[in-house]
Amino acid sequence: MVNEVLKDSVFFGVTVSILAYYIGEKLRERYRLPVLNPLLIATILVIGLLLVFHIDYETYEQGADFITFLLTPATICLAVPLYRQIEVLKKNVAAIVVSILSGCIAHVLILLGIAAVFHVDQVLLISFLPKSVTTPIAIGICGEMGGIQSVTVVGVVAAGILGSIAGPFIFRLCRITEPVAQGLGFGTPSHAIGTSKALETGEIQGAMSSLAIVVTGILTVIIVPIVVHFL
Amino acid sequence: MKYIYQIGIIGGISFISEVLYVLLPLPVPASVYGLMILLALLLTGVVKLKQVEETADWLLKIMPLLFIGPSVGLITAADAVKGQVIPLVVMCALSTVGVMIVTSLTAQAMIRRKKEGRKNGK
Repeated sequence: MVNEVLKDSVFFGVTVSILAYYIGEKLRERYRLPVLNPLLIATILVIGLLLVFHIDYETYEQGADFITFLLTPATICLAVPLYRQIEVLKKNVAAIVVSILSGCIAHVLILLGIAAVFHVDQVLLISFLPKSVTTPIAIGICGEMGGIQSVTVVGVVAAGILGSIAGPFIFRLCRITEPVAQGLGFGTPSHAIGTSKALETGEIQGAMSSLAIVVTGILTVIIVPIVVHFL
Repeated sequence: MKYIYQIGIIGGISFISEVLYVLLPLPVPASVYGLMILLALLLTGVVKLKQVEETADWLLKIMPLLFIGPSVGLITAADAVKGQVIPLVVMCALSTVGVMIVTSLTAQAMIRRKKEGRKNGK
């Protein structure tokens, strides 16, 4: 019934998304807890709404797509902070490349280790290997390696939200104070979602995180097929 | 009109990137082509910062909101991960945090060492 009414409404998805995000922001402002990530809260609220009223994801998606389609231009615009901070990039090329490469290798090793301990399905492992990169690259790699795309998307989104929430804790715990190091720390495991959080922390963080998206993307495209070959 | 022109430039780059994505046989998403194109245009001065700045900053500010659709899409994957939820959660949490620690510690150590080297050199 509800699906019938909402079937042709574009603004249902748009309104619900913005409203849920607004509630998320308000909660964070009010309680100032990093766990209250607005994206996480908004996601939980919308999923709850869809489940309670038996609304199909497709019904929500046709409106939400109008927001999602801005992701491509928004990601492209990450070039702007990167351009403003180009001197920081030039000065730290070696540190940037080496640290992102170590991050990518650590990612593979940690996943292989846990998969071995828990006897995780190989297909699920393969689906998770490309999860540190933005969704389109991740899905591309997953498809070629024979993983399950929806699992990859779960991994990508979870890594993004988790990294955004964990970042401030981790940096305090490990005494990471260099803005460049913080930015790379956000972008390497948590791609564009981590980058949107990095931008809130500072422009250098945002620029380095944007750069990490590109470099991690390239390295992952090279590394994952090699790893899968030896599985 | 300024904003419309800014949207035009960013939209145009998005369009070119989508065409590249279709034409080139690489697993590179349109947005990453676009990021590199816009950076190249800014660095060469073909596009001036003030021709895209306000719209770009606005899009970056609302960026977290743009991920709601894909995040809610998680519910469509519930069946695929059934029975393996705990190992997957552990994998996701440890790998994300692990990569973050390895990357940022490595970067910070290299940056610090370089700074020290410069100080000692003087």
